Amino acid sequence: MTALLFSWALTLAGIMLAAAMGCAVYRMVRGPRAQDRILALDSFYASGMLLMLTFGIKSGTTLYFEAALVIALLGFAGTVALAKFLMRGEVIE
Amino acid sequence: MIPIAELPGWAAFLVALLVLAGAALTLTGATGLLRLRTFYERVHAPTLGTTLGATLILAGSMLCFTVLQSRPVVHEVLILLFVSLTTPVTLMLLVRAALSRDIQEGGYPHRSRTKTAAHRRPAVDLACKRDEMRAPLGAKLLALHPSLFGCVIRKREMLQKSGTMEC
Repeated sequence: MTALLFSWALTLAGIMLAAAMGCAVYRMVRGPRAQDRILALDSFYASGMLLMLTFGIKSGTTLYFEAALVIALLGFAGTVALAKFLMRGEVIE
Repeated sequence: MIPIAELPGWAAFLVALLVLAGAALTLTGATGLLRLRTFYERVHAPTLGTTLGATLILAGSMLCFTVLQSRPVVHEVLILLFVSLTTPVTLMLLVRAALSRDIQEGGYPHRSRTKTAAHRRPAVDLACKRDEMRAPLGAKLLALHPSLFGCVIRKREMLQKSGTMEC
C-alpha cells in the first residue's frame, strides 16, 4: 500500500514537472523577444533536471543523478553563452 | 539497483512529501512565466523552482538513497551548490543583456520607483567605477537588483555621452 502511494506520488511529481516544462515551452515558442526565449530555455533545463532526479528516486538508481548534473552544467553554459550573444553579438571576444 | 519497495514507511512518506512539494513549487514558478506581463517581472518567477524546488527534491533524493543504501549519500549537494551558485549569475547576465537591448532601442520601461535620488542627480564628474568601489556592499547588491539596475546603466550612459569619462 505504501509502495503504491509512493509510486503515485512520484508519478504526480513527474507530471507536475512536465507541466512546468510545458509552460517553459509555451514561453519559448510565443516569447515576444529573444530574452524571453532564453529565460524559458533556462527554466526548461532546470525543470528537466528535476524530472531526471524524480525518475532516479522512482527507479532507485543513482545513474540519473549524473544525467541531472550534466544537464545542470550544460544549462548554465548555454544560458551564459546566449546572454553574452544577446549583449555583444558574439560569444567569444 | 535496489528495489524501491524496501524503503520503510516513514522514509517513503517523507520522500514523497518532499518531492511533491518541490515539484509543486517548480510548477508554480513556471506558471509565473506564463502569467507575468513584462520580461523584468518574468525573470523572477522560475527562480522559485531552481532554489526551493530543487532544494526540496534534492533533499528527498538524499533521504531516499541514504535510507536505501544505509550509508550517508550526499552527492546531491553538488547539484544544489552548483545550481544555487549559477542561477543568479546567469539571470543577472540575461537581465543586463535585455536592459542594454532595451536602452539601445530607447524602450526602457520607466517606473516611478526606479527614479531614485541617484538617478535625479546631475551628471557629475565622478568616475562611476571608483564610485561603485567606494560604495558599501549593501549598495552594490542593491545596484545589481534588476529594478534598480537601470539607474546605474543610465547614469553610466549619461556620463559617457557627456564625455567626462571612459567606463
